[in-house]
Amino acid sequence: MHSFGYRLNGLLTFAVTILALMCVIASLSDNLNIPSPSAEIQIMNINWFQKQPKGSDEVILTMNISADLQSLFTWNTKQVFIFVAAEYETRKNSLNQVSLWDAIIPAKERAKFWIRSSNKYRFVDHGKNLRGKEFNLTLHWHVMPKTGKMFADKIVMSGYSLPEEYI
Amino acid sequence: MGWIGDTVDSIKSIQIRQLLTQVVSLGMIVTSALIIWKGLMCVTGSESPVVVVLSGSMEPGFKRGDILFLHMSKDPIRAGEIVVFNIDGREIPIVHRVIKVHERQDTGEVDVLTKGDNNYGDDRLLYAQGQQYLQRHHIMGRAVGFLPYVGWVTIIMTEKPIIKYILIGALGLLVITSKD
Repeated sequence: MHSFGYRLNGLLTFAVTILALMCVIASLSDNLNIPSPSAEIQIMNINWFQKQPKGSDEVILTMNISADLQSLFTWNTKQVFIFVAAEYETRKNSLNQVSLWDAIIPAKERAKFWIRSSNKYRFVDHGKNLRGKEFNLTLHWHVMPKTGKMFADKIVMSGYSLPEEYI
Repeated sequence: MGWIGDTVDSIKSIQIRQLLTQVVSLGMIVTSALIIWKGLMCVTGSESPVVVVLSGSMEPGFKRGDILFLHMSKDPIRAGEIVVFNIDGREIPIVHRVIKVHERQDTGEVDVLTKGDNNYGDDRLLYAQGQQYLQRHHIMGRAVGFLPYVGWVTIIMTEKPIIKYILIGALGLLVITSKD
């Protein structure tokens, strides 16, 4: 009953249980943080708007993205993954979300930034519906903790639209 | 002579009782583990409520050896969610992020494109021949939480099965030789 094996077993079980409890408490402490992020996106230029040989519309555009996401970081945050998605509706699809650009913010100091970039990923439609289309640009963020529950949220910015004719 | 016979009898009966008790307690441990696992499956709505991250395609967010907790609800799949999916013909599930969603007006079905955060290109190369998008039935769950490093136990046991046998053997030995 008091052999080395039993003592080791008891110790290990206790250690693992306490570790698991600490992870849960660390994760719960994230709920105390109330974030207040802000962001702004401007479309500087539509560089390319054509229909592909196969048939779907494609857009290449340049954006100015500025954001302040410092309030999302807690002591339990490993990184924040952000991405900008264009969201629009077409006759056939009730919702289309196309991710245009993403980035990983590893630390609080880098969470307030300004960047000008063209879209990292191809903005291709499921058809030829983009002429004159109005769309929202949404900045989504995904808080990935050191341990525990992940949080995600977004800011929707509306009022953007594509030209009526191909460029 | 009768006294020896009595002693032998009593020893035999104790041993059988002890053996049966140990078998039953072992059975109880195994069954309660199974109950917890199946219960988790029910609560999270996913076939596999816990998965181990096997590749580095989601670094630096998820490293090899982390475990992810999954949850599958009826909510529609939206861009940015981290989903676990199976490709037809491959048994290992893949954990990547959704970057494109096209949801149809009439049926509400979705076409979804995924990409690993650390990969350069999207996952079309991983999908089956001719498959451009994933549908909802491919997706096993959404990742909602994670624990670092714990999955290494599973990875070691899968890649070096010897350790699995040693562990089970040692546990079995511990149960059999325990005197209480």
